[in-house]
Amino acid sequence: MRVGSSAVGDLIVPSPLRGEGQGEGFFTTGNRRCLLMTTRAWLLADSPTSRWQASAGRTYRVFTQLLRNPLSVLGGVIILVLLLTAALAPWIAPYSATGQDLANRLMPPSAAHWMGTDELGRDIFSRVIWGSQITLTIVLLVALISAPLGLIIGAVAGYFGGWVDKILMGITDIFLSLPKLILALAFVAALGPGINNAVIAIAITSWPAYARIARAETLTIRNAEYIQAVQLAGGGPIRLIVRHILPLCTSSMIIRVTLDMAGVILTAAGLGFIGLGAQPPLPEWGAMISRGRTFILDQWWVATMPGFAIIIVSLGFCFLGDGLRDVLDPKSEGKS
Amino acid sequence: MSFEPSTVAPAPSPGLAGRKARRRAGTVLGFLITLALTFLGLLAITFFIGRVVPIDPVLSVVGDRATQAQYDAAKVAMGLDQPLIMQFVTYVGNVLTGDLGQSVSTGRPVIEDLSRFFPATLEMATLGILIGVLLGVPLGVTAAARQGSWVDQIIRVVGLMGYSVPAFWLGLVGLAIFYARLRWVGGPGRLDIFYDGLVSPVTGMILIDSLLAGEIDIFWNAVTHLILPASVLGFFSLAYIARMTRSFMLDQLGQEFVTTARVKGVPERVVIWRHAFNPIRVPLITVIGLSYAGLLEGSVMIETVFSWPGIGNYLTTALLNADMNAVLGSTLVIGAVFIFINKISDVLYRVLDPRAK
Repeated sequence: MRVGSSAVGDLIVPSPLRGEGQGEGFFTTGNRRCLLMTTRAWLLADSPTSRWQASAGRTYRVFTQLLRNPLSVLGGVIILVLLLTAALAPWIAPYSATGQDLANRLMPPSAAHWMGTDELGRDIFSRVIWGSQITLTIVLLVALISAPLGLIIGAVAGYFGGWVDKILMGITDIFLSLPKLILALAFVAALGPGINNAVIAIAITSWPAYARIARAETLTIRNAEYIQAVQLAGGGPIRLIVRHILPLCTSSMIIRVTLDMAGVILTAAGLGFIGLGAQPPLPEWGAMISRGRTFILDQWWVATMPGFAIIIVSLGFCFLGDGLRDVLDPKSEGKS
Repeated sequence: MSFEPSTVAPAPSPGLAGRKARRRAGTVLGFLITLALTFLGLLAITFFIGRVVPIDPVLSVVGDRATQAQYDAAKVAMGLDQPLIMQFVTYVGNVLTGDLGQSVSTGRPVIEDLSRFFPATLEMATLGILIGVLLGVPLGVTAAARQGSWVDQIIRVVGLMGYSVPAFWLGLVGLAIFYARLRWVGGPGRLDIFYDGLVSPVTGMILIDSLLAGEIDIFWNAVTHLILPASVLGFFSLAYIARMTRSFMLDQLGQEFVTTARVKGVPERVVIWRHAFNPIRVPLITVIGLSYAGLLEGSVMIETVFSWPGIGNYLTTALLNADMNAVLGSTLVIGAVFIFINKISDVLYRVLDPRAK
């Protein structure tokens, strides 16, 4: 485990001994070498001189700690591959996602079609690759909508307390005690099928957990002395919440959001499977499984292949989230 | 006195038993109030969803060619000219008297449909939770007792799969393997086609009905059909229950009284099953309750895969037909059962665990 971290350290900072020999080669100017020599020290400084240095140092520390845990590295790699696949889909996918080839319907997996073809002769591997864009979009949009929403509701409730807290948390508790999937289904039914509405429905059902976390964090910070200092200096509630409370909630939010992403992917795929999410011919993984249902008894690959993609990506978020929790919130280590 | 802080001002001589009873009554009252408020919240949400629908409910009744007078008359008849808050009061009144409206696709009152489909879901979810508890608890205990052993590794993998495998996909793969290839289990549906309709429904649960009728053949046929969907459901509750059991047990095994028992020379089996397991029974009840409620939700996907004529299948069919009364009715019923199980397990925890306040 420890080898990983020192290897990374070496990559960034050449040790002084080796620096001596390499001085002639790549790092010619003393200036440049000096900069490199101090990068690590600058990042790990005990008393950072600027906000930028402090946050860069923290990021660096979290990152090196993450690299020590093989499972979180695996999770990170999976998410990275997902990002690259989604970004480079037009170049990676060997066939188009919607182009039909009726002569080659329902072909089993082979060298030409790694995951076989579906009932319209479309290459399943290519569709899975294109589908990564849809999955990534849904995951990102849900995170971008529900996390800030929950964060603000929770922080406001925790900061003001009293009736505001009672009402906001009452609503949050009601949402928390309702079945998420069923609610999302009902919302999509009302709004109409489609990716956008699926995102809205999932976001509506996932903010309450974040509100709870943000409120708990706010309650522990609210009476801190630095908050009183800002209040004495004339800082209003908006400034306090946005600049002094929300930043401290981010690390627990990041953990929770990453862990929740697996659930979001499963819900989105479930909506697609029922026929309420992404509509054909979009290559959404859940919808693909739904199409393959008809052929499950003879052409098993049509339905099973997209499922593996869902499992791998969900696992990736689980691994990364677990690793982040161990690093950012060591209190809960060992509990799952 | 000091170790039992009470929010109630100390009365002259209520006695310990009286105070306990009063606190218990307070817990029950508070429980009933939150339960009622949560149900009201659920009703508000379904009411809101019913209003968000882009379809004009009046138009869907009178049709496009209605005159303005007909349209207005229908609107008044449906109570849609009332202020929103009055409409909500009417809605709550209707729901409380069991009126969930008519289903467009079946043409029957939604409440009738739901009571016909609910037993099938209940049967599947109950078998699922049995599988989950009977396998999950021993596995979780073993994993905690032998940390790092192969049981522990299996629990870890199963737990991760519970997070990352789509239930509908697992159901399909199960059908492909155990039905199509191995022929071990029956296919989709509750019975083979030639047994269908032979047993008159009493409870609506085929396993019980067939036994009541003395039809052993039908009973075994129903078992072969039920075992796969129930196992898939049970897998997800197993994953959750085993993971929680393991983590509770690890907490207990790290306590000092466990070390003391071991030092005294108490056999390991007794340490694990009496000293460590007894204290976690109460939190486990909560976990099992939550997981049972989750199964009712999970059955929506599973029923779609297995063409299981339960409430989940009814809901998805209604969703695709935009049959809003049926959608909202099923949402209400599943949501109400979910809330009820949730709150009951919560209150059980408080009543049974002397440490919980």
